[in-house]
Amino acid sequence: MLELSYLIAALLFVFGLKLLSHPETARRGNLWAAGGMGLAMITTLLLHKNSAGEGISITNIWIILCAIGVGAAIGWMVARKVKMTAMPQLVSLYNATGGGASMLVALLEYPAAMAGDIQSILVTVLGLIIGAVAFSGSLIAFGKLDGRVGDIMKPFMTYINLVLMVSTLALAVFIVISPNPPSEMMWAIYGLTALSLIYGVMFVMPIGGADMPVVISLLNSFTGIAAAMAGFIYNNQAMILGGILVGAAGMILTLLMCKAMNRSLINVIIGAFGGGGAALD
Amino acid sequence: MEQFLTFFFEYKEAIFIIALSIFVGIEVISNVPAVLHTPLMSGANAISGVIIIGGIILVGHADLSKFSLDLVLGILALIFGTLNVVGGFAVTDRMLEMFKKKKK
Repeated sequence: MLELSYLIAALLFVFGLKLLSHPETARRGNLWAAGGMGLAMITTLLLHKNSAGEGISITNIWIILCAIGVGAAIGWMVARKVKMTAMPQLVSLYNATGGGASMLVALLEYPAAMAGDIQSILVTVLGLIIGAVAFSGSLIAFGKLDGRVGDIMKPFMTYINLVLMVSTLALAVFIVISPNPPSEMMWAIYGLTALSLIYGVMFVMPIGGADMPVVISLLNSFTGIAAAMAGFIYNNQAMILGGILVGAAGMILTLLMCKAMNRSLINVIIGAFGGGGAALD
Repeated sequence: MEQFLTFFFEYKEAIFIIALSIFVGIEVISNVPAVLHTPLMSGANAISGVIIIGGIILVGHADLSKFSLDLVLGILALIFGTLNVVGGFAVTDRMLEMFKKKKK
């Protein structure tokens, strides 16, 4: 029953995206995808069981509904009230919250991993890094489009970014292959979170404001991948499918947007600071 | 090679799902007109809010008997996820509304 509902939700995502890519059906497609999301959420609330076979208890459901109520009210009101011209930055802001949620889920699930369970630690760490980069990167993209953050391009930033990327990856590998239990590795996971957040800022900072839509699309693709990684933590088909779908569609969309501007993705990213950023995943 | 095969068979379902989803994701949007780039990005952004399921599971199994930072962060993750989902779909709908008016 749970898996059947998730399958229907995932199919609604796919058809929703398909309809969204044609002018006449786009609005309906958005509704279909939203319906799929509603179905996936209700299914999880009612049917989810953890590995011990326990469902979600009623007291917790109230807290969940309150949190969803708060998020939905704010999200809806801001989306309705914002000026038409401010929409791209709003998309970026909402993408940041998605990345932030992925980061927090990975951060909070890490202590539950078994020592030496390389596969689950790997997906947790990947979800953490990608989610954190999408979070801070999208916030900077929001700031740039909103005119709060200027473009800062200094030649030495290339080297800082390279050093940041290498040290983030090195710390990630260290955490994944370490035989120590997660409770002894918390310092490393907090360090990794901080490094990834800084990397997200430094990755977007040198890219010109006009290229922001492409960068937001790329970061959107990252958010999808981060959600899919979290899906592997829970072995949740809706999250894996939806996440990978957005990851792939977002990547292609990024390339299409570059093509529409007659530029290559490498040109957008590396043209600004000369190295390394695109190799994140 | 043997290790690779063991890994493959252990996770074959997940690998199938990944491979097919990538293909579907690429196939579904490969012919999109340029005017729809932004709404499509926004719609895909809302779908990436599926992380909200992770937030629901996280808070759903949280221990409420004592106050903890983890609980606060879990609730924050849930609020963030909801913002992504509800805000994302609402913004997309508004963009498309505008699009429709322009066509008329």
